[in-house]
Amino acid sequence: MRFRAASDQAVLVYLGEEIGLASHERACKLLRLLQEEPLAWVRNLQPAYCSLLVSFDPFQVEHREVEATLRHYEQRAGKMALPEPRTVEIPVCYGGEFGPDLDELAAAHKLSASRVIELHTSRLYRAYFLGFAPGFAYLGDLAPEIATPRLATPRKKVAAGSVGIAGAQTAVYPFATPGGWRLIGRTPLEMFRKDREPLGMIAVGDEVRFRAITREEFSAWPSR
Amino acid sequence: MSSLLVENPGLLTTVQDLGRPGYGALGVSPSGAADAVALRLGNLLIGNEPGAAALEMTLVGGRYRFTEGAVIALAGADFGAKLDGQPIERWVPHAVRPGGALELGLTRTGARCYLCIAGGIQVEHFLGSASTHLLSGLGGFAGRGLREGNVLQFGAVEERIRRRRISPQVLETLKPRKSLRVTQGPQADWFSEATTRAFFESVFRVSEDSDRLGLRLEGASLAPESTREMISEGVSLGAVQVTPSGQPIILFVEQQTAGGYPKIANVIGADLHGIGQLRPRDEITFVRVSLEEARALWIAQEQLLNSGEGLFA
Repeated sequence: MRFRAASDQAVLVYLGEEIGLASHERACKLLRLLQEEPLAWVRNLQPAYCSLLVSFDPFQVEHREVEATLRHYEQRAGKMALPEPRTVEIPVCYGGEFGPDLDELAAAHKLSASRVIELHTSRLYRAYFLGFAPGFAYLGDLAPEIATPRLATPRKKVAAGSVGIAGAQTAVYPFATPGGWRLIGRTPLEMFRKDREPLGMIAVGDEVRFRAITREEFSAWPSR
Repeated sequence: MSSLLVENPGLLTTVQDLGRPGYGALGVSPSGAADAVALRLGNLLIGNEPGAAALEMTLVGGRYRFTEGAVIALAGADFGAKLDGQPIERWVPHAVRPGGALELGLTRTGARCYLCIAGGIQVEHFLGSASTHLLSGLGGFAGRGLREGNVLQFGAVEERIRRRRISPQVLETLKPRKSLRVTQGPQADWFSEATTRAFFESVFRVSEDSDRLGLRLEGASLAPESTREMISEGVSLGAVQVTPSGQPIILFVEQQTAGGYPKIANVIGADLHGIGQLRPRDEITFVRVSLEEARALWIAQEQLLNSGEGLFA
């Protein structure tokens, strides 16, 4: 466990130094304990692969106290058992206008488009954290055969529901936003809705699986 | 309830309050007023809660008609406001007659002017806040900037206005700074001594490509020395991150909640509101302070903002 001041009102807690399930689990446990036994001075908690950003009220505490308290929490969190992760299934219509980068990505890896789809749907991904936009979950790890860097120039607008690949990660864009991930398909699901509980389709720690659907199934999807 | 008709929305006018902190785990950034100090002062002038929802206008004001009248205050940058054709001051309450029109032009000072209205703008809350989050189209008025013809509701009109103004000394103390004070960023040690010196000794220009998500800066290239691969982590408000090309970006109220660029510094809490008043082409510098100094400056600023009658002249 390592601390770094992120700002005059925030501390970064590192629970590992690499992307992996073990350090992510430690971050999730600490997050969970802080949510279950909230501290009055905590303003925001932002988990990531192997860290947790803790923003605090500087009126009540300073960095040293924050670190001491978090050290204590982490010791207790280590003994906690996390609940079995939820499994979320995301239907995706791959390729065509929904996945404009699928063919190029396949060609770059000397694979067929259907092999890319097969590799993408064959894994159970971990939702490491949410960021970029509300409900945008960073899912990993991709099969190494299809890991691909981001586009050199991001698109000005990516359609909501687009499924992309960046490095060893995959994700679904919940909103029409700019984006640099390589797009391979689109889901008909609404990934984040303000009038639903929970708001997001995917939460930190969930397991996510993609399932290929046809264009007809996409168009006929009940939520559309 | 009274209503406000948008006759001209200016360049970008959104409903903002003090934002929705605490939802980082959902990927939701706090949003909220870019210059929260101006919003709070404007609201206090007219008897509102400091965090009541108001209109945040960006660089160009627009025209707004108050069908049933209102009590208003303008805070933040000077947009050359006129009420029924007569120039009016910022930082004082004004009574608007039924059918009165407020017109604002191009900014003369900072980037954002707040139109605070007694009773506060009434919109549906999203995660406890009226703030507009433009990237996701959530919160505020239809999740977007206002358009011509939109009608907004606000709380009942105050019966009388209190004759008071924000004291000039208070405004001087809280004046947005162009020399931003920063503490060390979590990856400060990824940058060479020469790069760190360049960061503190150069003048940076705010790029045109800047918004509520972040301010891109032009100037010295700050490419990190380390070739280590950065693992994405949570980013705090006001973080100064550096892209692989060496360009610094100050992350702002609608920022990504996590990111994978190294951060050389972080703007201190007491100077965040000043970021909201920076315009494209403004020139800024960075000054390093310790965590203890930053904390003391924040506490002093909050004590001033919470000093009640002490704010008024």
